[in-house]
Amino acid sequence: MAILDSKVPKGPIKDKWTNYKNKIDLVNPANKRNIDVIVVGTGLAGGSAAATLAEQGYNVKAYCYQDSPRRAHSIAAQGGINASKNYMGDGDSDYRLFYDTVKGGDYRSREANVYRLAEVSGNIIDQCVAQGVPFARDYGGLLDNRSFGGVLVSRTFYAKGQTGQQLLLGAYSAMNRQIARGKIEMFNRHEMLDVVKVDGKARGIITRNLITGDIERHSAHAVVIATGGYGNVYFLSTNAMGSNVTAAWKIHKKGAYFANPCFTQIHPTCIPRSGDYQSKLTLMSESLRNDGRIWVPAKIEDAKAIQEGKLRPTAIAEEDRDYYLERRYPAFGNLVPRDVASRAAKERCDAGYGVNATGEAVYLDFADAFMRYGKEQAKIHGISNPSKEEIIKLGQGIIEEKYGNLFQMYEKIIAENPYETPMMIYPATHYTMGGVWVDYNLMTTVPGLYCLGEANFSDHGANRLGASALMQGLADGYFVLPYTIGDYLSDDIRTGKISTDSKEFDEVEKEVTDRINFFMNNKGTKSVDHFHKRLGKVMWDKVGMARNAPHLKEAMAEIKAIREEFWKDVKVPGDANEMNLELEKAGRVADFLELGELFAKDALDRNESCGGHYRDESVVKEGEQKGEALRNDEDFAYVSAWEYKGEPADAVLHKEELEFKDIELKQRSYK
Amino acid sequence: MNLTLKIWRQKGPQDKGAMVEYKVNDISEHMSFLEMMDVLNEQLVNSGDEPVAFDHDCREGICGMCSLYINGEAHGPDRGITTCQLHMRMFNDGDTIYIEPWRAAAFPVIKDLVVDRMAMERIQQAGGFVSVNTSGNTQDANAMPISKHDADESMDAAACIGCGACVASCKNSSAMLFVGAKVSQYALLPQGQVEAADRVLNMVHQMDLEGFGNCTNTGACEVECPKGITLVNIARMNREFLKASIKG
Amino acid sequence: MSGLLSSSIAKKVAMALSALFLIIFLLIHLSVNLVSVCSEDAFNVASHFMGVNPLIQFAMQPILIFGVVFHFVMGFVLELKNKKAVGVSSYAKNNGAANSTWMSRNMAISGMAILAFIVLHFIDFWIPEINHKYIAVLPEDPTRYFHELQHKFVNPLRVGAYVIAFVLLALHLLHGFQSAFQSMGMNNKYTKYVKRCGNIYAILIPLGFIFIALFHYITQLS
Repeated sequence: MAILDSKVPKGPIKDKWTNYKNKIDLVNPANKRNIDVIVVGTGLAGGSAAATLAEQGYNVKAYCYQDSPRRAHSIAAQGGINASKNYMGDGDSDYRLFYDTVKGGDYRSREANVYRLAEVSGNIIDQCVAQGVPFARDYGGLLDNRSFGGVLVSRTFYAKGQTGQQLLLGAYSAMNRQIARGKIEMFNRHEMLDVVKVDGKARGIITRNLITGDIERHSAHAVVIATGGYGNVYFLSTNAMGSNVTAAWKIHKKGAYFANPCFTQIHPTCIPRSGDYQSKLTLMSESLRNDGRIWVPAKIEDAKAIQEGKLRPTAIAEEDRDYYLERRYPAFGNLVPRDVASRAAKERCDAGYGVNATGEAVYLDFADAFMRYGKEQAKIHGISNPSKEEIIKLGQGIIEEKYGNLFQMYEKIIAENPYETPMMIYPATHYTMGGVWVDYNLMTTVPGLYCLGEANFSDHGANRLGASALMQGLADGYFVLPYTIGDYLSDDIRTGKISTDSKEFDEVEKEVTDRINFFMNNKGTKSVDHFHKRLGKVMWDKVGMARNAPHLKEAMAEIKAIREEFWKDVKVPGDANEMNLELEKAGRVADFLELGELFAKDALDRNESCGGHYRDESVVKEGEQKGEALRNDEDFAYVSAWEYKGEPADAVLHKEELEFKDIELKQRSYK
Repeated sequence: MNLTLKIWRQKGPQDKGAMVEYKVNDISEHMSFLEMMDVLNEQLVNSGDEPVAFDHDCREGICGMCSLYINGEAHGPDRGITTCQLHMRMFNDGDTIYIEPWRAAAFPVIKDLVVDRMAMERIQQAGGFVSVNTSGNTQDANAMPISKHDADESMDAAACIGCGACVASCKNSSAMLFVGAKVSQYALLPQGQVEAADRVLNMVHQMDLEGFGNCTNTGACEVECPKGITLVNIARMNREFLKASIKG
Repeated sequence: MSGLLSSSIAKKVAMALSALFLIIFLLIHLSVNLVSVCSEDAFNVASHFMGVNPLIQFAMQPILIFGVVFHFVMGFVLELKNKKAVGVSSYAKNNGAANSTWMSRNMAISGMAILAFIVLHFIDFWIPEINHKYIAVLPEDPTRYFHELQHKFVNPLRVGAYVIAFVLLALHLLHGFQSAFQSMGMNNKYTKYVKRCGNIYAILIPLGFIFIALFHYITQLS
């Protein structure tokens, strides 16, 4: 098997990026005017990349399927963004952020990339503040921080519960400035349907105008994919309805390796599912775990009574509650990393202790936080001998200030007041650490084709820490790609415009058109959603939070069968030459049906438990850690990069061995 | 519950369009409004009809994509939410529900319930930014303290999701709540001061060019805004505009 | 500056300024009229002063007329522009009452009713007055004003029209008063007082005019 070249520069880890930047080739400003760059996706990674490349002088063409770049799903990130500013003076540093991220990712990420991420994290905050992002501040006017799961310092910057929105609006405003100057040509409501390679290099894309249905050719000297994750392969996830794998999958089929597809994050604090009609799951920020305590009834009969609606949680005495995270992980308690928290919830619910009608929910209780903050407030306001009610009221005021919008959102969805009854939460698919394989330059295995943000296999290893996705997206787009892409484009200064009038474009356009025509002419009987839901069920049941070899093999076979049925029996109404939402969905689900199988194949190959990937076969058998996930560094300390060979099942594995020079590999312990 | 839906159907921008009646049955009160629409669309696809086109994406009330005028109100009868967060428990068995696209000359219908909101994009492009390069070589984020009060108020304005409910609800199709929010966000922060005058003049100018109406302070926008943007922002924009105009 | 005058916000502000001017005028008008309830002589003195003082006649009066005309013309211009912004398609179902007051949505209607009233008012008072002073140049009698006033409030139909007009004025002011401040950019911690003040004004001023009309009608019944 070929060894992938990650192109990590030599030298001590803390100097790698600086030295590398000093030595790479640059494109002079006059030449940048003659170079076009395509950026697909306008979330934090794509938006910040498009704005920065345009500022540098490149001609940027940016694409999004929504009606505005501002609607990319980065906008939904709630909790915050990490940066090693150490404003709190609690001992934070670039190294500590780097260490936490690698450890949190269960030692399956590339050290050099993560260190670089930590290194530029501070700059992101400076940049965003300069752009007018209204981060939360304390009374002295300085920036406030909160803490997040899996770390021991407070390094998370936030803007109420809408940090992703504010950061994206910052990047969007930077884009707008360039759109107004004509340096970014913005294509809203355009979906990329394939990439075009000329002489082995990525030179353009084929898009569909989602309003008119026109199939269009766009050329450039380099193509950047920043189209987010593929969590919707589960049908139900916290992703936006339109979030899809199409761009990433299409470039995979054209030669970009797909890395670690099985590394998926199941987020512990989502609003539980209520019925089969459900179209998506809603995330409640992880920051809630700072103040909420997670529990289920300790007695199975109480759990049964609650499931049947005969008992209220508030009626269960303190000693009859099982605060299972605090019990199992005394050091981190409710702030254990996401994968650990999710599996612990599943373990309790599988054992029958779930707290809603479906048996798939646990409580997130703020009663203690009300008391704690209430007492503090009473003291601040000089209220002597406050009654319990007064204290709770004061405490609720503080919680409302911190998480008011989340509490309101919960109440709207569940129709229960979370100030009075504990919230119900359950894990849901949230983020995909896996994605397109990229080297240190963020270039895929196709020259001139880059991949940023969640779409790449990224810096998060097998599990992402809270508030790190925003950090990575913006780091890639603002501070990494703009440098590394210059190194590649410096060879293109004499190339001139790339013509779209070539046989390469003809061929790819034909593939795209053929597929659309197939959908329009296929006289099937079942809707696209029908297949998507079936795929999702297989994924959740057999490639979900806990996986094992027999299930994974079944999943591969079942997904293949669904895929074959899909191509025979899918029904797409309407016309291709107008807005057609079913046609859009059909193309996306077709790609999910291929990815799903590769996902299961990758999970099958990785016979170890690490981060979000948990294999029943790989657990600690005895001792204090009994039952916890067992990582296998000897056999699996690599990145699985899959090469497309026709059928997903035929994909060929390439391994990038991971080296850990600056961090000692340890079994994660949050006990 | 069983419901009668009266939905605006329009094949394309040039089509005349009309209200069409549909029936949906066995709708759960726990469904979101758009899940009810999904049920209808599944029904239409299965019967060989074309499903109703509507904009939606995040389905958690933040992307600003969804945009339905439900029973005479933007985002429906509930408050402080977008259409995707509206739940069927707000309706009763046997209800007739009117579902229409945003109406405004500046928001032409693309198809069915989908409208073109590019006018809002162009307003943002006219000045909705701070002209700072994304080099990262700015001053340290804490070098410039900002009062918590101003930062919070700026955040409240910045919470706008750009859905266009304000325009849709306004009897004059005015976009002043939207523009006011954007102007306010920057006007309240020191970073925004340098270009404050140009920003408000350019954005208001673009807003007028796009053919949005004029504010007559009915306050409908404020009530229907899913993110609680208040009329204070329009007043602030007016103030900023006057200040900028007088300064010349 | 030309940009300023053509912009939507400038039109709003101009509308608000003319409104505030008319609000002040209404207060003065009512104060003078109220004198008629207290004393015939005092009313005649005050009216005579207003009628012959050159500053009032040749400076204030044209400004007032301009203010009224401007407010109406601008109101119509804005209404037309807003109609255009709404476009040709309208909602099959629109629940305006859910988010705004009737007054705020129907300023044009209350405005037009007030305009109609002003026309009547001009026919009743202003045209005869101008005719008396400047066209027919009839001999001046400083005691004629009170009787002229009384004479207008004999016909119950006219009194009824006055009452209805003032009710509409109240509705117009209930929205307009605070709206003017909002248009000029004032919306802060004092706004609740402005609103309260506006509500009191919007009810008391028209009520005062209605009271005067009814007072003179009733006192002449016997």
